[in-house]
Amino acid sequence: MRVLFKTSYDQDIDHLVDPGERIRVGLVIAAALAAPLFVSSYFLSELSIFICYALAGIGLMVLLGFTGQVSFGHAAFLGIGAYAQAALLTHGVPFVISLPLAGLISGAVGAALGRAVSKMHGFYLAVATLAFAIVTESVIGAAEPITGGHMGLQVPAISFFGFELTENWQVYYLYLAVLLFIIWGTANLMRAPAGRSMIAVRDSETSARSLGIDVARIKVRAFFVSAAITGVAGGLMAHLLFYLSPETFSLLESLRLMLMVVVGGLGTISGAIFGAIFVSFLPNVIDLVRAFLPSALADQAGLEYLLFGAIIALFIMFEPLGIYGRWRKLRLFIETYPYYRRATFVRQKRYLKSERFR
Amino acid sequence: MSMLVIDDITLSFGGNKALDGVSFSVEPGETLALIGPNGAGKSTVFNVISRFYRPTSGSVRYGGQDLLQLQAHEIAPLGIARTFQNIELFENATVLNNLLVGRHARTPSNWTREFFFGGATRAGERFARRKVEEVLDLLDLQHLRDEIVRDLPYGARKNVELARAVCAEPKLLLLDEPASGLNPEEVADMAFWLQDIREELGITILMVEHNMGLVARLATRCIALASGRVLAQGSVAEVRADREVRRAYLGTAA
Ligand SMILES: Nc1ncnc2c1ncn2[C@@H]1O[C@H](COP(=O)(O)OP(=O)(O)OP(=O)(O)O)[C@@H](O)[C@H]1O
Ligand SMILES: [Mg+2]
Repeated sequence: MRVLFKTSYDQDIDHLVDPGERIRVGLVIAAALAAPLFVSSYFLSELSIFICYALAGIGLMVLLGFTGQVSFGHAAFLGIGAYAQAALLTHGVPFVISLPLAGLISGAVGAALGRAVSKMHGFYLAVATLAFAIVTESVIGAAEPITGGHMGLQVPAISFFGFELTENWQVYYLYLAVLLFIIWGTANLMRAPAGRSMIAVRDSETSARSLGIDVARIKVRAFFVSAAITGVAGGLMAHLLFYLSPETFSLLESLRLMLMVVVGGLGTISGAIFGAIFVSFLPNVIDLVRAFLPSALADQAGLEYLLFGAIIALFIMFEPLGIYGRWRKLRLFIETYPYYRRATFVRQKRYLKSERFR
Repeated sequence: MSMLVIDDITLSFGGNKALDGVSFSVEPGETLALIGPNGAGKSTVFNVISRFYRPTSGSVRYGGQDLLQLQAHEIAPLGIARTFQNIELFENATVLNNLLVGRHARTPSNWTREFFFGGATRAGERFARRKVEEVLDLLDLQHLRDEIVRDLPYGARKNVELARAVCAEPKLLLLDEPASGLNPEEVADMAFWLQDIREELGITILMVEHNMGLVARLATRCIALASGRVLAQGSVAEVRADREVRRAYLGTAA
């Protein structure tokens, strides 16, 4: 096992101090930058969708993984971001302003929700966020003048100062830039007082308060950041969907986001990325499963729900650290072979913990 | 002038009177021990000072401030830090991060700036880290700096929780049973550290403790509580000799 000798506090403050990690992340970014040279235009648009999910996953991770607040209706923010983006562009707001604005609008709604639920825990929070998503879906359906109601809303193309992004590789690079920016910013938050107070709220509200942390305020802010990032993801996703309708951002989509962070691994940004990869491949897996099922079962509409639910349950039971946790175990196993201790990862955390007091 | 003045506080849970007209004060620089049998209301006193519980009557004043007007998170900035009887740490964070959270009340935070992590944020982080390192040095915790709390044994957690409270730069430290669950060797270490904290940092200590050896060694004054009432106060020897106190501990009191 390599041991990193630290010689200054900055080494604990800086990102990616470990050389191995720096190389791995560098390679991934290089591969992402080089992708348009090697893959088809169709695959690039698939990658762009993946980026949207990764962003939404980071958004949910801020709330669920870092702050410990469950949201079963996070697709609502995807929807709010997407509709805001489409509506703003339709009204002539340029892209460079509309996208951040879509994030801010979604963030503001998130903060309002956060304020309303800041005293809730566990089951009640899950139900409240679920209800919020259902209400949002109906509101989007009813607000015809802005959203086009159930007729749907056309999404204008992306254009920068009169220059329209028509090629998939252009869109891909734009999305990649947004993703890297958000990852960087989120990682910054997590190494600053902001991130530590979120972790504090997640792990012990009682001692957080005794140390001067205004728990309700941190929750509201976490909801804001989370909803804003997810809103940006929605704004980007809108351009890939071309046409928005209220059902696009349904319960299934919320469940997909939840699946992503749970399967990827709660509590790390990498977990959201791993989760997004998993979710992007999932449709192929589902098709595969369908092929083996009798048609009476395969054609049932709820198959996705069933699978999503089953996978979430299985991961919570058997691999609460998610795919990223599995990867860290594997790495530790290789690095420490033959001294690997199974027990290293045995203790685990329940994120949906019930209310308790001292 | 007294640092903390608790005046006639009463608090019931349902029909159970946990505190019944409790009054006492804490003088600057002293180490005041709060003793009493199980269920006497000692932790409840702490939870009133921390503003987790609101007494039905009475007042709590700290340096001229009425604490009952404040919310729980407004207590730490005044210079009151505490530990918990059942250790409340941030289990999934490293010891270092736990102590950095301890500095929350002493660290300005601006989320927009922290998103971009500019020079001011970095300077703040370096300063906080320096302060935390001082505490790690004082309490001999350097070797645990990067450990995740959930992997630590009980005794180490107790120390980490103490260290986290010290990081908040308190003037008054509330310790709820700092020695419970520790083996004799660890208790001796704890006594040593508490002495250090008191002498090097000049922190006033109010502690709940059952271990009378530790109380005798550290406390400059002692208050005995039973069934939510103050039975006796004075020097440790006086309180130990008090007949009411002896009866309360033997369980034959009215
Ligand atoms: N949250 C609560 N709800 C109901 N009753 C409570 C609560 N907290 C404390 N009590 C009751 O108040 C009384 C005093 O409890 P407290 O925890 O202050 O005792 P203590 O002196 O700290 O005892 P110990 O030495 O066992 O820690 C007990 O009868 C206890 O059952
Ligand atoms: Mg107690």
